[in-house]
Amino acid sequence: MALTTSVQPEIVTAENLVAGYPGKIVWQGASFSFNRGELVAIIGPNGAGKTTLFRLLLGLQQPVSGTIRIFNEPPKRGNPRIGYVPQRHVIDSETNVECLELVHLAYCGHQWGFHLSAKGGRKAALVALEAVGAAELAPKPLNALSGGELQRIFLAEALVSDPDILLLDEPLSSLDIRRAKELVQLVNGVVRSRNVTALLVAHDINPLLPYLDKVVYIANGKVATGEPKDVLTSERLTALYDVQVEVMRDSRGNVAIIGIEDHHGDE
Amino acid sequence: MAFSANLLIDLQQMLQYQFMQHAFEAGTLVALVAGIVGYFVVLRRSSFAAHALSHIGFAGAAGAVLVGVSPVLGLLLFTSIGGMGMSVLGPRASNRDVQIGTVLAFMLGLGVLFISLYTGYATEAYSILFGEILGISSIDVLVTAIAAIVILGAVAFVYRPLLFASLDEDVAEAKGLHMHMLGIVFMLLVALATSIAVQVVGVLLIFSLMVTPAAIAQRLAKRPWRAVVLSVIVSLVATWLGLFVAFYEPYPVSFFITTIVFVLYLAVRFLYPMISPMKLHETRFAEVRGRRIPSEM
Repeated sequence: MALTTSVQPEIVTAENLVAGYPGKIVWQGASFSFNRGELVAIIGPNGAGKTTLFRLLLGLQQPVSGTIRIFNEPPKRGNPRIGYVPQRHVIDSETNVECLELVHLAYCGHQWGFHLSAKGGRKAALVALEAVGAAELAPKPLNALSGGELQRIFLAEALVSDPDILLLDEPLSSLDIRRAKELVQLVNGVVRSRNVTALLVAHDINPLLPYLDKVVYIANGKVATGEPKDVLTSERLTALYDVQVEVMRDSRGNVAIIGIEDHHGDE
Repeated sequence: MAFSANLLIDLQQMLQYQFMQHAFEAGTLVALVAGIVGYFVVLRRSSFAAHALSHIGFAGAAGAVLVGVSPVLGLLLFTSIGGMGMSVLGPRASNRDVQIGTVLAFMLGLGVLFISLYTGYATEAYSILFGEILGISSIDVLVTAIAAIVILGAVAFVYRPLLFASLDEDVAEAKGLHMHMLGIVFMLLVALATSIAVQVVGVLLIFSLMVTPAAIAQRLAKRPWRAVVLSVIVSLVATWLGLFVAFYEPYPVSFFITTIVFVLYLAVRFLYPMISPMKLHETRFAEVRGRRIPSEM
């Protein structure tokens, strides 16, 4: 066993990837690879095409050109090895359905027909809820949860099919700093304990910085990837974007990227 | 026929009449189907679409009367086409109000034209609008039974994917379910269910069987399967009780059915939260996401 785990295989690879639609390119020239067990942040301004990367990986959208591969094959719809938490995931305020049921549906909701005994599925759902520390939320209705609790349920929903990669689209956006930090720690715990890869779209990189293996910076139609200390430098981003970019660090190590958000030249 | 305290004897006497037999048979099938489909209508916030389908069915029923066939056939034809059209034209149910309303009004107008062209009894229009379950024929019962079997089979087949898609569209789509196809299947189910339910409560009162029982059930049960069963029980009780009372009283069955479900709804909405050990709705979800509103509100 020790021999096989010493090399972490690649989960996602992209070469010269161009994303968008015919006639409208969102970003281009992206080459990157993510390995098993890596926590990767995808950051950049609104509308830069962060969610587009997820749609490519989910097989909901095709690349304009270039290649993208996940688990060493082209993306396909309904891949059970991907756990997905979409952006601005809202539950209707009238939806009086218990959390366990939603997680259970993420386990078996794609199957046709009836299942009289749902014991196996319910057990899997409860295990997923326990993995995110939300077992006590199982019987609660979805419309009674706080934003932080809801994100845990969504994470359990993504984990229930025991995926090899997690795609989390702005899970921190509706949370205050403390809840955001808690959720990041939770995701980091899941990544390390289950050896899954997690791609996490975020607006603010700072709560994530202590845990990140890689960062993908998407802005102005271009993509920079690598380790945070290499990517998040004034020189690297200035060279990539052809505008003066400054990466500033405060005494606690928090990062601020200045210059790019003002230049939405061709948007 | 006089009402007696022995309900079993009352029921026996009632069922000696063929029109009451047919009413109970069709009413039971309709209540079963409407209770089940209604849960998905409520869960997907599609009650306006269901309402509109019944109005589209009005034109179909009036047209059927005009050409001399059973209204239920016209209903089935028009609602199926209408349901297909709605789901094909607009993929997202939530922002189709204006389009649906536009078609709805036109269809009602068309129905009025058909009724005025039909020189027979004016009561036909009345019974389509408000239901006439006591005048149901054995052919209608057969059509209703076939439609009910088709609906129950289809729901059993799509139950989990439809539930998943209704609760969590984005994740369901990422799991490989086709939202567009499920949307079409759902609207066809609503079209079929509406068509047969119109016989019992009529075009204008369709909410009382397709929406209110499910809305009641949704407040009482957090597990979809239990909510479906409860929804069926509510619509069955309302239909049976309505028929029973209407046998002795000169007032329309649909009045009794709508009243029973309305009273039940009020009880569940206002009395149940007071006696409920767990207050399910003390936090409004929209407020909890993002900005928390102070507790004194």
